[in-house]
Amino acid sequence: MSARLRFRFGLIVLALLALLAIAAPLIAPHDPLEQDLLNTFQPPVWMENGARAFLLGTDSLGRDILSRLIYGARAAITVAVVAAVLAGLLGTALGLLAGYFGGRIDALISRLVEIWMAFPPVLLSIVLAAVLGAGLHTVVIAIVVIDWTRFCRVIRAEVLVQKAQDYVASALTIGLGPMATLRSEIVPNVAPLFVTLLSLEMGIAIVVEAILSFAGLSVANDTATWGSMIQEGRQFVRQAWWLMALPMGCIVVSVLATNAFGDGVREIADPLARSGQR
Amino acid sequence: MSALLEIRDLRLAVDSHPILRGVSLSVAAGELCGLVGESGAGKTMVGRVLLGLQPENARLSAGAVTFEGRDLLALSERERERMLGREIALIPQNPMTALNPVVRIEPQMTDVLRMHLGLDRTRARERALELLVDVRLREPERVLRQFPHELSGGMRQRILIAIAFACRPRLIIADEPTTALDVTVQKQILRLLKELQAAHGTAILFITHDLGVVAKVCDSVSVIHAGRILEAASAARLFASPTHPYTRALFAATPRHDRPGVALAPIPEAITKQLWDEAHAGDALLRAADAR
Repeated sequence: MSARLRFRFGLIVLALLALLAIAAPLIAPHDPLEQDLLNTFQPPVWMENGARAFLLGTDSLGRDILSRLIYGARAAITVAVVAAVLAGLLGTALGLLAGYFGGRIDALISRLVEIWMAFPPVLLSIVLAAVLGAGLHTVVIAIVVIDWTRFCRVIRAEVLVQKAQDYVASALTIGLGPMATLRSEIVPNVAPLFVTLLSLEMGIAIVVEAILSFAGLSVANDTATWGSMIQEGRQFVRQAWWLMALPMGCIVVSVLATNAFGDGVREIADPLARSGQR
Repeated sequence: MSALLEIRDLRLAVDSHPILRGVSLSVAAGELCGLVGESGAGKTMVGRVLLGLQPENARLSAGAVTFEGRDLLALSERERERMLGREIALIPQNPMTALNPVVRIEPQMTDVLRMHLGLDRTRARERALELLVDVRLREPERVLRQFPHELSGGMRQRILIAIAFACRPRLIIADEPTTALDVTVQKQILRLLKELQAAHGTAILFITHDLGVVAKVCDSVSVIHAGRILEAASAARLFASPTHPYTRALFAATPRHDRPGVALAPIPEAITKQLWDEAHAGDALLRAADAR
């Protein structure tokens, strides 16, 4: 797939997801919590016995799956954006400091990263959830606390590369101080990498949110999330495979979309990639 | 005559390996002074020390550098930032890497104007356009909007020259400004540099390994080898009657368009060996003095 095509795919899917998340009450055909015990395990409309009323079928309590998927996009998008941006800002700030100033600051931050990464991430998030209580904010905090290291390491390495470049030395020879040099010479060169990492992190955040809600550590049970739908669907996978397959499909498509979008943005916004030099 | 820049007996070692072994040099106001040497002679390190950009593991053990009567080595970080780009500027060696690849030309030019001269965005832009005209770039408006990779090496070097002259500094350090360029472009850049220097009365310390270039533009020349200045004289005197055997050997090793057919002679090994022996003997003496 060409870069532009991938970018368009990513953009359209993400825009659609955002729209669904924001306008969920207007779009969803049913209340996601409304039970209809006479119509449980309805198959999607294209299968035998499918009904127009429930386009993607119903679950074990007769709740409309389409509506639940639409509401589930809310949790996914919120977590993807908020957690990825916060983790990105924290990790990038520390990575810039460590890479640019080196010495003790670098040693301190790098050791912190190494210690951090020695903890098993799933365990860490479960501990966090136990301390903070289940909820969307816990998922966001868990992702930020665990994944800032990803940004920090990669950004630091790139800053080291950039620091050795002639234009950084040139900036110093026109009397730009260290902070100004960092801002005007290094940050613009690290930005494309940041965008790529951010989009990867958004995909990861969506998966992590699904994992935590699968484990019951995300939002309360009565709110629809893709992870909790998979978890519920798992029990009935032999009778009604779509209960599990549909939310999984949502996760796969949205993660693909974030990655494609990030790649595309980088290639379009980076003058070097545009000229074919990077 | 009081010099604009005065370097006295500068000694510098990197990881206790001597690089500069007592460099003395003076540049008068408005003078174009050449610093000539082979690669590894320490000529770039002299420029770095002037800019305060010597590597972190370098140690200055002796010497003084005064610029307009001020001690350059004793400047605080802030004073140095205020001075660089405004009173002392650099034309870097490689125009292909000296501009930030992801930033358009305009901010790269206006940064120095806004910071040192306090110009606002529009005034800085106007001034940048004037500077681009001064360095003979066509379509300056367009150039300001472009990225470095859209410009040729010669154009980029013109931009770097414009940045160096932006604040009308008293001294410009040109570190092999033409080495990375084609010969035809080299000549244009040298002419431009000479013109701007004459127009603004800027002193230039011209660091190079190319004697042909020195002969073309410099007023005075210092020859450096193994971190020592072997000979310093006006360009006319040096080229007419070099006194140091190394200088003579260097001339014999340089192709001359006015003497085609004369075979080139490599610098005799005996001379370089003797020079290195002298340099190492000096190091040993210093070490002995330190030990005592």
